Order: sequence, then structure tokens, then C-alpha cells
Amino acid sequence: MTAVPLPQRRPRRFRLRFNPWHLVLAPVSVILVFPFFWMLITSLETQPESLHFPPVLTPHQLRPANYPDAFNAAPFSHFFVNSIVVAVVTVICNLVLCSLAGYAFARMRFFGRTTLFIVLMATLMVPFQVTMIPQFLIEKWLGVHVLASVGINHIGALILPNAATAFGVFFLRQFFKTLPLEYEESARVDGARRLTVLWRIVLPLSLPALATLAALTFLDSWNSFLWPLLVVNSQDGMTLPIGLETFQSAHATQWPLLMAANVMSLVPMLIVFFAAQRYFVRSVAATGLGGA
Amino acid sequence: MASPPSTLRRRWWHRDPGDVGGNPAGRAARRFVSSEHVGGWAFAAPAAVIIVLFGAVPIVWSIVLSFEQASFSPGGKFVGLANYREMVHDPTVRQAIAHTLEYTALFVPLTMIVGMLLAVAMNRKIRFISLYRTAAYVTMAVSTINEALIFLWLFDPSYGIVNYVASLFGLPQQPFLNSPSQALGVIVVMTVWGWTGFAVIIYLAALQGIPQTVLDAAAMDGARPWATFRRITVPMLSPASLFLAVWLTINALQLFDEVYVSTQGGPVGATTVIVYYIYEQGFQYFNIGYASAIALILLIATLVVTAVQFRAGRRYTHYRS
Repeated sequence: MTAVPLPQRRPRRFRLRFNPWHLVLAPVSVILVFPFFWMLITSLETQPESLHFPPVLTPHQLRPANYPDAFNAAPFSHFFVNSIVVAVVTVICNLVLCSLAGYAFARMRFFGRTTLFIVLMATLMVPFQVTMIPQFLIEKWLGVHVLASVGINHIGALILPNAATAFGVFFLRQFFKTLPLEYEESARVDGARRLTVLWRIVLPLSLPALATLAALTFLDSWNSFLWPLLVVNSQDGMTLPIGLETFQSAHATQWPLLMAANVMSLVPMLIVFFAAQRYFVRSVAATGLGGA
Repeated sequence: MASPPSTLRRRWWHRDPGDVGGNPAGRAARRFVSSEHVGGWAFAAPAAVIIVLFGAVPIVWSIVLSFEQASFSPGGKFVGLANYREMVHDPTVRQAIAHTLEYTALFVPLTMIVGMLLAVAMNRKIRFISLYRTAAYVTMAVSTINEALIFLWLFDPSYGIVNYVASLFGLPQQPFLNSPSQALGVIVVMTVWGWTGFAVIIYLAALQGIPQTVLDAAAMDGARPWATFRRITVPMLSPASLFLAVWLTINALQLFDEVYVSTQGGPVGATTVIVYYIYEQGFQYFNIGYASAIALILLIATLVVTAVQFRAGRRYTHYRS
């Protein structure tokens, strides 16, 4: 018997020792992060070297002093604290108020529920820019007639209009509706009140949804520019984006200083992002899949 | 006439199925979903007040303002359709609409193409893949102001590195943001970069929903990678594409931050988009009546996009069970 020769693969002439997709992905990634890299390089250059053409790719002399210089040229620590306060308070308010309302719309029956829900959802379709002028007028009126700390030029005015969002109510209502009713029912039979049921049973089951809402709200608040631009004119109430923009218009061609300020304002967000990357990615994916 | 017994005076919304009787456990369970007017309103009211005050009331107010000649000082004057008549004859409004549409027509498809290609390239388990993905995701953490400042410097006409790279290819120095014909393009580039992470995340999530069996079947039938991409991947991604198209369009119509930081609507009005013009009229010239009338264009455009989404969503997308 003759051995049947095994079909032999023709040996490839050339074989990469790594997956060829690296040849695509590595350059693409470099291009994507290049703006960060260039910002960092420039932030360490001296002023004359930055204003040189062709650009100096490897600075002859590093100047870390750009950072303290930028930090002292404007009250960045103040802007930073404002941004943190506004973002954190906005997130907390949203979690509390949207949970309460979302639970009411998901589980409770009350007169006018459907009408109220439709009114709230209708606001979802209207861009902020359409309503910003009346919102400004309302804030101004509230500041004069009700409470100064929510008026123009106070950070309260940055928090109050965003303390609850129609998106948050809708998002949590949808999530609460997917939870099994049995746990809540048995707790109610045992005589628990609505608030107890919400706090003890519903919210612990909803941690992923709450984290998603928190991440999205934080990102929105931290990056918000137009509303603070309208409402806040004094340095006391400025958040980072507004402070940075003001700094830019005052130091137009001082690129090393500007980039140092830019890096400083970016780093806190990057830290939060890398620490919670999984959550941010999941949150964004959730908004997409929710629509599909 | 004697007044009716109190039970009859109760209105229909007072009806409580738990009252009907039956076994105690069933009654409790039914009472659980029964009417709770006070409780329901107490739970919903705090959020509702804020959303109505800062969301619903301003819509109506905007429409009222659009028929007035008003500034931020109290006392607007009703002027009928004067603002609308002015709008029709205002060349800047026409330009602002044109620039907004031009920007949208460039930004939305570019972001979707970049996002889809990157996501397909990144949808594989190879070394360093999480590093590559992070490179795309991280653009999401960048605020519009950070982004605009970085690109302002990258595209600086005199000292920018983009001009340097262009010179390596023998191109002359470009004016970029100082040129009426190039400024909007630079804003497209910076915003596409800023939205890359978002688009990649959406497409990667959708790609992970494509069952491997479908791809395997295609491979067994001898489909080449390009055919698989065109005939399977792209159609299967259509719900994600529809979502992105709508989301990006709505955001593109609202372009403001980058314009404010980099060009202030210039040079010679080349980047005056609709929201920038609303801002200018409302908060620099204090014509809040006129600004409100212009803002209604944005509202109508957004509603049209949303309506198109609903229709297209029913007709053209592929749905998984």
C-alpha cells in the first residue's frame, strides 16, 4: 500500500510575525493621540521655540515652569472647584430627583400621570439652544425675586436648570419597568412604604443604570460651555471651560502657557475617564443600543 | 334632597381596586398598583417642576418672544410677524443656515465612516487591542474647549504642525482658520476627531451583536472579506448607523462651542452657524425677539430630523429579534 501524500500547504513566501491588523491600528492610534502628544510637547517648550517654523519637534530646553505660570495667571484652582461642585451637585440631584420621578412613572398610578409624562418627554425633543433665552430670563428673575444664589453670576444658576432632566426620568423609568415586581410586592405586603421600597429594593437593583446616568450627567456638566457662558460673567462663578476660554483670549499667542493650562484642565477628566473607562464606554453604548 | 353617600361622591380616579374585597393577600397586591395620587405627585413633582420650568415653559415663551420686539430689560412689544419678515430678508440667516447644513453634510458622514472603519478594525482579539481602543475612546473625555484649543494650535497658519506636515509634501502654507473657504473644514476636522470615540463605541457595541454564525456561514460560502463587510456587516450595523446619523445630525445643527473659541463666526462670517447667530443676536445685540424667531428654525429642523428617524426606523433598518 502506498501512503497517500497529505495535501501540503504551499509555504507562503513571506509571513508576518504579527497580526497584519497592527499595521493599520498602530498608525491610526498614533494619529488619534497625536493632538494630546503635541499639546504636551508644546506645554513644555519655551515661548521662542514654540513660535518657530518649522516646528521644534524635540525642544532643546524643557520649561516645566509654564505650568505654575499658567496656574498663577488665572484662578484655575477656583475654576476647578466650581466645575467639581457644579458637576457633583448636578449628578446627585439628578440621581435623587430622577429616581423618584422615574419610580412614580414606572410603578405608581396618579391623576394626570400620562399627561405629565408626555409634557416632560416633549421637552426631550427641543434643543437647549431654542430655549436658552427664556431660561436665562427665568434664572434672572429667580435670582432677583426668589434666591440670589441661583441667579445670574452664581453657580447655583449652573445647577438648577440641570438638577433633573427629562432624559434621566425616562431612562430610569424604562429601567425600573424591567425589574421584577415580586420583590416590591412582597415588601409592600409586609407593610413597607413606597420610599422604603424604592430605597431598599429598587435602587440597589438599579446600580448599573444609576452609574450610567451618573457618568453621562457628569460628562455633560463638566463639558458644558454655552449655558455657563451666558450665565456667568465674573471669575467667581466660572467653570473650567469658561475660565480656559477667557484665559485663551487674554494670552492668544502664548501657546506654551495655553497648552499648559489646557493640559491642567484636561488631566482631572482623563483621570476620571481612565478610572471609570468601563462605565463610560458602557454608558455610551447603552444610549446607542437603547435607540436601536 | 339628601346628599348622596360619600362613596358615590368619589370620582373615578379615586377608584381603588383594593376596596372591592377578595382575599387579603390579593387585595394587598392590587392595592400595590392602585391609585396613589398624593404619593405619585410627591415623587414626580420635584423633577417635574424643574423640567417644566426650564424645559416646557421656555418653549412656549420662545414662541411668544418671536412675535415681540424685546430686550433683556422688561417690557416687550408685540410686533406680529415682523421678526419673521426680517428673517426672510436677512442674508446672514440664509448664510447661517447654509453653513450649518454644509457643516452637517460633512461632519455626519465623515464621523460615521471613520467610526465604522475603526470599529471594524478594532473588533478583533489581538495584542494591544485595548490600547488601540483606548486611543479612540479617550477623545470622548476631551471637552469642546480643550479640543478647539488643541486644534487651533495644530492648525495655526504660521507655526502649526499641520502646515509643517503639508510642507513636507510640497504644499504651500495654508491659512486654515483665517481663510473663509477653509475655516469650516478645519472645524469639521476637529469635531470629527472629538466624536471619534463616541462613534467607535456605538459601532463596536453593535458589532458585538452580530452573531459569529452568520460570519462563519459567509466564510464557508467563500465570501471575501470585502463582500462580507458590504453584504453582512454594514446592513447588520444599520440600526447603529441610524442612531448615529440622527444623534450626530442633531448635535451638528447645534454647533457652537468650537466656533466661539476658534473663529467667533468669522472670517467674514464664513463660520457663522445658526446657533452662533442666535447667540450673537440674543446676547450681543440683545434682540431677544429676533433671536427667538431664528431659534425656531433650529427647533423645526430638529423635529424634522426626529420625524425622519421614526419613519426610517420603521422601514429601512435591520432588526435583530
